Amino acid sequence: MEDMNARSPVLVLEPQRGWGLVRSAAADLRAGLRLFPLAAALGWLDIKMRYRGSILGPLWLTLSTAVMIGATGVVYGYLFHMDLKTYLPFLSLSIVLWGYIGTVVNDAGTVFTQNTPLFHSMRIPASLPVMQVIVRNLLILLHNIVVVAVVFAVFRIWPHQIWSLLFSLPVWIVDSFCVILLIGMLGARFRDIAPIVASLMQIFFFVTPVIWKPELITTGRQYLLLDPFYSLLEIVRAPLLGRTVDAVVWGAALGHSVLLWLLAAILFCRMRSRIPYWI
Amino acid sequence: MPGIVVDRLCIDFPLYHGQSRSLKRQVGKTLTRFAPSSPSAHLMHDQRERTIVSVLREISFTLRSGERLGLIGSNGAGKTTLLRALAGIYEPVAGRVRLEGTMRTLLDSSLGMNPDLTGRENIRLKGRYEGLSRQQIDRIEQDVQDFAELGPYMDMPVKAYSAGMSVRLAFGLATASAPEILLMDEWFLAGDGIFMNKARTRLEELVQKAEILVLSTHQPEIMRQWCTRVLWLENGHVRMDASPDEVLDVYLAHTG
Repeated sequence: MEDMNARSPVLVLEPQRGWGLVRSAAADLRAGLRLFPLAAALGWLDIKMRYRGSILGPLWLTLSTAVMIGATGVVYGYLFHMDLKTYLPFLSLSIVLWGYIGTVVNDAGTVFTQNTPLFHSMRIPASLPVMQVIVRNLLILLHNIVVVAVVFAVFRIWPHQIWSLLFSLPVWIVDSFCVILLIGMLGARFRDIAPIVASLMQIFFFVTPVIWKPELITTGRQYLLLDPFYSLLEIVRAPLLGRTVDAVVWGAALGHSVLLWLLAAILFCRMRSRIPYWI
Repeated sequence: MPGIVVDRLCIDFPLYHGQSRSLKRQVGKTLTRFAPSSPSAHLMHDQRERTIVSVLREISFTLRSGERLGLIGSNGAGKTTLLRALAGIYEPVAGRVRLEGTMRTLLDSSLGMNPDLTGRENIRLKGRYEGLSRQQIDRIEQDVQDFAELGPYMDMPVKAYSAGMSVRLAFGLATASAPEILLMDEWFLAGDGIFMNKARTRLEELVQKAEILVLSTHQPEIMRQWCTRVLWLENGHVRMDASPDEVLDVYLAHTG
């Protein structure tokens, strides 16, 4: 535990039990939050470095998303016999939002293992690389939102109920933090986690109403609520498209979230100090 | 008052070799517990116990302001692990470590630098990791630039550096500001000719300013020169803890 207010910082390290685990986990979180500006800078550098030396730079993100949405929109619009005027806005928003979810979850498995040299060269709060992944993916999301804006503009649709983001985005941010922490720790301990998660996300992409509209399911739609990604996607997507979100969908989103928070908190308290041993 | 108190410190490493680290094993173990006759039960029977390497066992010592401790011992004696435990990287499995004072760790020659970033960017990032203010970082950047003499390479990615250049950058950065407690591994003593002399002076200044030094090295003459106390580690135990001359005489006689 660190006390930065003291003139000389004091660091006491010993095995913890019970509340001690919670206190040292909380101290680690506080130390991480103080380093948030650094996490933000690192997240931005990740993107800058990936496109260093390319002509379009981060605009490649926007461009490849546009190509993806254009191609999927035409093919699936034809297959599902959808009217492009309603389908394309839905699809662009879905794919961009899913892009965020998918990469956050996939990046999570290697969040600690990728930073091994750093973790072995000094004491680092575990939440620092976690925040770095969130910032990086939020920046990618911002690049991709441009495509959604263009699609909306082309079809002369104005996003509805923008205020709803005030409620849904905080849930997304906290969920991102917890899911990265949780899968990151598991991935540090078991190297099989990252590939398992990657293939699960493939399945979820098709099972969750991302490229197809939830209305296509007529019977048994309530089972969709068991898919955590459905309700979480819906609380952001539906209001923007002008549909109302059922209370039960919000309930499912919060239920899944709380479960995730609890799991992540318990595991983080127990496993935090073992991360440098595992990686 | 800066100080280090280490009390019965133990560090064990779980060994996750090949299959022993896999999820299959863990799932198998759990299944075995619930259903001892299930098909997966045989997976675990032979190697149920985790292999554990005990790297440090019951290490105790206290360092007060002004003490400079040298760590000596053969490879695998636990020197680097002890330094990392003091740095708070590996938290104790048993026992207790208490540190008071600002600390800097020079453990790994790459200093966790990112090869895709320029020298300048790496310097600024490192400063931010340590929570320094913008002015402090500016000062360090200037200082490292003067010392490492990288010229235009300061703004090139570190992966384009020659080995010597990256050592100069890492060394300059590592020694740019004086902490109260300095933990050093021996990599920084590897170097050549002119740079070594320059580095030696700079390092000596830093060591003088630090109130507590813990240094791991194989070079006895450096220990006699810099340290006031030497800890001889052998297989994770303290074999001897005394003044440099006393320990080194026995150690050198022992290793031949």
